[in-house]
Amino acid sequence: MLETVLFLIFAAICVGGAINLLAQKHPISSALSLIVVMGSLAMVYLLLGAEFVAAVQIIIYAGAIMVLFVFVIMLLNAGEEERSATGSRVAMVLGVPGLLAAAVTTGWVLTRHGPASTPVVLGEFHGSAHAIGRLLFHEFLLPFEVTSVLILVAIMGAVVLARRGE
Amino acid sequence: MTLWLIPLLPLAGAAINGLFGRRFSRKLVATVALAFTAASFLWALVIASRFLSGGQVPIADHVATWLQIGDFRIEYGFLVDQLSMVMMLVVTGVGFLIHIYSVAYMEHEGGYYRYFSYLNLFMFFMLTLVLANNYLLMFVGWEGVGLASYLLIGFFFRRDSAADAGKKAFITNRIGDFGFLIALFLLVKNFGTLQFADLFDKVAKYSPGAEVGVGVLTAIALLMLMGATGKSAQIPLYVWLPDAMEGPTPVSALIHAATMVTAGVYMICRSNAIFSRAPIALTVVAIIGTLTAFFAATIGITQTDIKRVLAYSTVSQLGYMFMAAGVAAYSAAIFHLMTHAFFKGLLFLGAGSVIHGVGGEQDMRKMGGLKKYMPWTFWTMFAATCAISGIPFFAGFYSKDEILWQAYSSPHGSWIFWLVGVITAYMTSFYMFRLLFMTFTGEYRGAIEPAHGHGAHDDHGHHGTPHESPWMMLGPLVILGILSVVGGYVGVGHRFENFLAPVTPSVLSEPQTAALAAPESAALPAQQSEPASENSGLEDELMAISILCAFSGLGLAWFLYVKRRDLPDKIADSLGGLYTTVLNKYYVDQIYGAAIIRPLINGSRAILWRGIDAGAIDGTLNASAKGAQETGGAFRRLQSGNIRSYAGWVAAGAAVVVIYMVWMGTR
Amino acid sequence: MVPLSWYLLLSAFLFASGVAGFLIRRNIITIFMSIELMLNGVNLAFIAFATVRHSLNGNVFVFFVMVVAAAEAAVGLAIIIAVYRTRETLNVDRVNLLKL
Repeated sequence: MLETVLFLIFAAICVGGAINLLAQKHPISSALSLIVVMGSLAMVYLLLGAEFVAAVQIIIYAGAIMVLFVFVIMLLNAGEEERSATGSRVAMVLGVPGLLAAAVTTGWVLTRHGPASTPVVLGEFHGSAHAIGRLLFHEFLLPFEVTSVLILVAIMGAVVLARRGE
Repeated sequence: MTLWLIPLLPLAGAAINGLFGRRFSRKLVATVALAFTAASFLWALVIASRFLSGGQVPIADHVATWLQIGDFRIEYGFLVDQLSMVMMLVVTGVGFLIHIYSVAYMEHEGGYYRYFSYLNLFMFFMLTLVLANNYLLMFVGWEGVGLASYLLIGFFFRRDSAADAGKKAFITNRIGDFGFLIALFLLVKNFGTLQFADLFDKVAKYSPGAEVGVGVLTAIALLMLMGATGKSAQIPLYVWLPDAMEGPTPVSALIHAATMVTAGVYMICRSNAIFSRAPIALTVVAIIGTLTAFFAATIGITQTDIKRVLAYSTVSQLGYMFMAAGVAAYSAAIFHLMTHAFFKGLLFLGAGSVIHGVGGEQDMRKMGGLKKYMPWTFWTMFAATCAISGIPFFAGFYSKDEILWQAYSSPHGSWIFWLVGVITAYMTSFYMFRLLFMTFTGEYRGAIEPAHGHGAHDDHGHHGTPHESPWMMLGPLVILGILSVVGGYVGVGHRFENFLAPVTPSVLSEPQTAALAAPESAALPAQQSEPASENSGLEDELMAISILCAFSGLGLAWFLYVKRRDLPDKIADSLGGLYTTVLNKYYVDQIYGAAIIRPLINGSRAILWRGIDAGAIDGTLNASAKGAQETGGAFRRLQSGNIRSYAGWVAAGAAVVVIYMVWMGTR
Repeated sequence: MVPLSWYLLLSAFLFASGVAGFLIRRNIITIFMSIELMLNGVNLAFIAFATVRHSLNGNVFVFFVMVVAAAEAAVGLAIIIAVYRTRETLNVDRVNLLKL
């Protein structure tokens, strides 16, 4: 029962943060709501038994990546979003109804089959750092090492792109 | 026997002068050109001497295989038999003399190395033509001499008339070459070979009613004749030759009088195995030759440009050769070809010497009295004029007389050919002596100190009184003069005819009988000796008539142009329209222009250019381009560049996929 | 005893709001954050299925997604800085030409 309550609380915070992200005009507000979403998502991960991922979510996402976002927003001194006349009609006419249709369909399918789906029992399964570490350094060793190359490339790309033109 | 050296030596000279001549001094250019031509001539002499001292006949030289397609084989092969030996000696000999002459004549011209490079190139192609042992290699030479001729006619390419004349020669020849090429295709199709030896073997073995009928042979022969009329300037394709006089005078002598234009005659004689079996084609050859001879001679009477008179006389003499070939008197044709090379080469070189002496003037009305200024030129030209007019004991007398006799007596001949030939001989004598008298006798009518105009032709910038040419030019004149006098003696008593007999079986009365008679050459002596003994009385009478014609022509020319100088103009006036027509060359150029060239140009403009090119081809292209542009313009809206629009499309697409999947899953 | 479908509904909602942010917002940084939101929605689905199926592979996959997200954020923000330098705007509606 408690887990259901906890899920509902954090899910509500998630939904609220996501809606706030869309609603806010100023990017810094959006960024802060995104941090809220990520933090509460970490709690949801804990409910699912994914301890390692929850920790990484806080450290990398809410910590590193969002700091980067906030940093850039401040660096560029991004103000409130301007209302431009030359918007995209396609996005409004085609995109939004399309999105709504897809979302409603998915939601309908999920709620219809929802009660019959497998229940998640708290404490039944653990995504511990120990177990994931074993997996990463055995079965997924090569992809894991390749990610280091990916990050290196990303660092160099970021440096090159953000460098002031000569 | 390394026959390939003979054509290849001039090619080497052409290559050296063509590639490096720009940096050479004039002396070096001349040395290179002369050395390679002389080497070629000497080698030809060596081969000819071995040949005459009882060597193996004919000499063949198979260098390499050019093409091998199944059984069809073409080789780089050369062949010297009696016929090509005569041609080879004439080409290299006269060519060498004209090279020497050119060294002095072209001294003041620009493009010295270019000139000699072209001239050597011409020698290469001409020798390839006469020495080839198959039709395809011969065709290479055939086209090559056309190219060299084009280059040399247009040598003074800054002058529009020269460039136009070059194009005219090239295009006119192309029409003839088209026919020749079709003839070659027919030969390949029907006989499967172009090698002379195999081909003539197969032609000889054909029998009436066999696979290859007389019709095919006639068609081949007529198409070959088409090629020959182009190259040898016969009706109806003769129009390029008079215009070809725009080239330097030695070129006119070498290419447009002595050698290249005789290629058609050579080709017909070479193909005698085919022509002799196609009597209709043979008659057409004779008719064309006779008509051309007469027609060109009439034009020659009225012309006043010294080189044009000679050009028409060349056309006329080539007509004689065709007449001879057309009555199956091939050896007579080749005999006249040889003597003609001597005296017509000489006449052109003499004319060049005259032009050189009077500072570039070509109009005979502005010459006169040059005999005392340039005696050597006069006496050599006198010999050549006697030769061409058929004055007894000069070279042309023997060859022309042989032709006239054959035209009358040959089974393919007729008294009409003879009659027209004799009238033409009379006219020839008249206009040639007219040329001689107008140029060399009387008073000098040109300006002593020409104010201008000496740059008009050949760009010879001489001033003052007419003067004799340098020895470098007179030497060839004298040598050719001697040949013009004695060159005919090789033909006395059918010696020349018998010499050529193995290659050109002189008369085949009926193709069928010839086909049945096993080896043709064996049957020959009997055929020859018979008419010679029986008709010797008649032959003498006919000869007397032609001699009479020659002298009366001379006399008339003397009367009109020495004795009564006022008469020619009066006669011209009284003739009125007829004279104007002839003076304007029967308006043939204008008729061709109106009947062929203008419709062709207009048709090309209206149909090919505006209709097909601009309408169909460009239209298709423009329409497809416009279609692509409009389609692109329509789809351009998708590529707005706005990221959110792209996201909108993606979202819509995703929705479609999701809904489709759900619909499929719940069905 | 929360049913799996609830987690998936939350995941779908996060993803959908990410797409909606992409569609309706103009600020390029906000759009970029919407992308992160979408990634988080996907991550949640991974974890939920991993837990239900008692498999750690889903967790490992989420780890890789985070690595990629980090790299993408670095490069993406660098691009945003470069764009801002040349265009002096963060409005994507004005950044619709490749050439300046």
